[in-house]
Amino acid sequence: MAVNTRKCVGCSDCVVACQTENSVPIGFCRDWIVEVNNGTYPQITTEIRSERCNHCDNAPCVRCCPTGASHIIAGGIVLVKKTECIGCGACIASCPYDARYPHPSGYVDKCTFCEHRIKNGMLPACVEVCPTKCLYFGDLDDPNSDASVVLKKNRYKTLIPEAGTVPQLYFIY
Amino acid sequence: MTSRRQFIKISFAGAGTLAAGGAAWGAVKWISGKDETGITEPPLSRTPTYCEVCFWKCAGWIYKDSDGQIWKIIGNDEDLNCNGRLCPRGTGGVGMYNDEDRLKTPLIRVEERGKQVFREASWDEAFTYIADKMKAIAREHGPECIALFTHGSGGKYFGDLLQAFGSNNIAAPSYAQCRGPREVAFMATFGEGLESPEPTDIRDTKCMVLIGSHLGENMHNGQVQEMSDAIDKGAVIITVDPRFSTAASKSKYWLPIKPATDLALLLSWIHLIIKEEYYDKKYVEKYTYGFRELSEAVKNYTPEWAYGITTIPPDLIRKTAKEMANAAPAVIVHPGRHVTWYGDDTQRSRAIAILNALLGSWGRRGGFYRSEIVEIPSYPHPEFVEPSKTWRDAFPGKYVLADLALANGICDATIPVTTRDCSFKGWIVYGTNLIETLPNQKNTLEAIQNLDLMVVIDTMPMEITGWADVVLPECTYLERYDSIRVVPHRLPQIALRMPAAEPKYNSKPAYWMARQLALKLGLEAYFPFEKIEDLLDWQLKKIGTSLDEMKRIGVKTFPKAYDNLYFADDEEVEFFTNTGKIELYSTAFANEGFDPIPTYTAHPEPPPGYYRLIYGRAPMHTFSRTSNNPNLFDLMDENSLWVNPKVAKEWSLENGQRIYLKNQDEVVSEFPIKVRITERIRWDSVYMVHGFGHAEKRLRRTYGRGASDTKLITNVMLDPIMGGTGMRGNFVTFILNPEEAGVKA
Repeated sequence: MAVNTRKCVGCSDCVVACQTENSVPIGFCRDWIVEVNNGTYPQITTEIRSERCNHCDNAPCVRCCPTGASHIIAGGIVLVKKTECIGCGACIASCPYDARYPHPSGYVDKCTFCEHRIKNGMLPACVEVCPTKCLYFGDLDDPNSDASVVLKKNRYKTLIPEAGTVPQLYFIY
Repeated sequence: MTSRRQFIKISFAGAGTLAAGGAAWGAVKWISGKDETGITEPPLSRTPTYCEVCFWKCAGWIYKDSDGQIWKIIGNDEDLNCNGRLCPRGTGGVGMYNDEDRLKTPLIRVEERGKQVFREASWDEAFTYIADKMKAIAREHGPECIALFTHGSGGKYFGDLLQAFGSNNIAAPSYAQCRGPREVAFMATFGEGLESPEPTDIRDTKCMVLIGSHLGENMHNGQVQEMSDAIDKGAVIITVDPRFSTAASKSKYWLPIKPATDLALLLSWIHLIIKEEYYDKKYVEKYTYGFRELSEAVKNYTPEWAYGITTIPPDLIRKTAKEMANAAPAVIVHPGRHVTWYGDDTQRSRAIAILNALLGSWGRRGGFYRSEIVEIPSYPHPEFVEPSKTWRDAFPGKYVLADLALANGICDATIPVTTRDCSFKGWIVYGTNLIETLPNQKNTLEAIQNLDLMVVIDTMPMEITGWADVVLPECTYLERYDSIRVVPHRLPQIALRMPAAEPKYNSKPAYWMARQLALKLGLEAYFPFEKIEDLLDWQLKKIGTSLDEMKRIGVKTFPKAYDNLYFADDEEVEFFTNTGKIELYSTAFANEGFDPIPTYTAHPEPPPGYYRLIYGRAPMHTFSRTSNNPNLFDLMDENSLWVNPKVAKEWSLENGQRIYLKNQDEVVSEFPIKVRITERIRWDSVYMVHGFGHAEKRLRRTYGRGASDTKLITNVMLDPIMGGTGMRGNFVTFILNPEEAGVKA
């Protein structure tokens, strides 16, 4: 997924759309907004980012999971199998992006890229709702996917690359 | 490492598994959003609606889960207001339905006003009480002494009721507390107002200038979407704001103007555009009136003159004027929305209109398009009675250019004075929390104490309900039909709202309430349809569709009357002004004794130790009406006070510290507000999001969270032209010691 921070206004629509789509309990979220301000008045920059699980290729949450509940499915999405999760929280501690939360029902929950939707030909709820169309989703190996196309044309970065997790959320800035 | 290529494979695998399980749908090409079978999702029950969380009125679909419970609301792809994408408030609209603090049953007050003691009543009892009081007021003072304040779709039916009763005093605070000045200014210049959505052609613009308008925080959906499109296409955005707003962070130029001096900057731009001959000569010659007078009037407004007033360096004023000229006519000097700031707001809006006229952007691609609207026939009913008096009689010779009633005017005319023979005696308040809407709360409360009857219709126990004699609980927009949505846009469209669920508790829709009251008042002839469905079907059939069709499609687009969104080359255009031209020199203003061309006047500045109070919007909230919505509360649960680091240092403030605010009239905020120290604001101003600091305990979630800007707005600068309430002439200082605040509050 690619996020164009030049267009994001931080409205949090992605957050509430995810909450309703995935019945995330109020008080928790799978995606969130980060605002970073730099400079001093009047030379200021503000970057606004819609963040979520980075679906890392080298995911520490998967490596540290004692039961195998956290896993990577074909295609690269990191998922949690509710029934195998014991809620120990090791994955929460290991994630450098703080992308996971303990669901009140006893398991750990996080962004699934709306796997239930994409396998049925739809976009993740956050991408579909975003009023600024700043979220781009698609197969990064397909040069014609929305995400690939937008990343080819723009300068981008990943978050905390030094953690070595090979994150798959790209931020255009 | 997992190959991304396998993404496609899971799609196949998923399809296979589902097919084996008997599901008839198997999507493959998830990237394109389409699948090869032509079915993208299992049939789900969905109900058309248009949103009521703000007043952009986006059309959408309400989806229910397998248990038949309301699950989510998704934008309608056909709708031009939202293009299938609702904003966070629209998406979070389910919270309005689920909010357990909703009004649940009719209430009648049993104690004096303001003491929150009510008893539950039956609907019939409530209507009898209201009808008896209305009749008594009509008998003693005349029916026109009852007024309606409305901000919401169902208000229309109470408006019809009031007109049938004999009063046309119907006011929306969205006029004199918000967009009124720009409507009058654009009317004076181009012969037509802007309405909502404004016909700004942002998607095709090359340059957009925002004067204090904070698009993005002000989540006017379609405009925010188009601003994003414009950013993609490389449009230049120029933001004029004492605060580094979200829009400023997307801008090529941020002009951190000294508050209250915008008109000086605008006049300087007009001066430059004429002097440097940047203006569209052909357009100005063909379409406008008063160019010579304008040139003469602005000849001394040099960038150097403006620098001394606005603090914006002259080269930046020149550079930005050139940017506008380079983009013209695909340039928008945005008229803004909430423009009641300093009392000379109509003149500031006039300067904006003049600037657009000089650049030739009105009626041009990338400027302002020609919008169209569908006319819905009114249902058959007897003629409304012509009232013998209106709110205007309370203000002889004043505000004649106001084209709508002033909410503050009606409020003021409720307080008895010896010079006026009659004051308002009854208020019906629909969907607007006047306590947090009208400035100068003391004045509002004094007016309320002089009423014989106040009826409040709302879904939530807002502050205003605490002062009512009768509270009528309306069901939310997800549980009711309403009038057909018509809004001006690039294509004429209508949208239907229908209920997705039965009204919760003992709440009811506005149409039913208004009709029941009409029956009690003997006005049933004005409400010939017992059920709103029959009324809507009658109206829809008149325009070539039907309720059945609209239930299926939600939004319908009608053929355009104009060939083109823009003026054709050399098109003869008649403008609805006195001269038939775009009036750079306003003959209407001259006739009424106002400056026909805007002139700059200085406004008061904060005394030492005080800071100008600026307020605005957050994208996840609408005024004060959403702060208790569980979903939206979760996104933002209080406001904070933006303070420049220099100021914070002087006061030894820390981030997150809670302080009270006191204004120039010694009014102290009811609750403390959290300090946010940020470089994103000037040192002479502080900023907060409007709509927090609720003092109503029945709003259990949001009670006491943050501070109310409205409470601190006691100095109102009235616009002499149209009566708008300028609210940005208030200055606050900090109270760090809660005891001090407690004593004074």
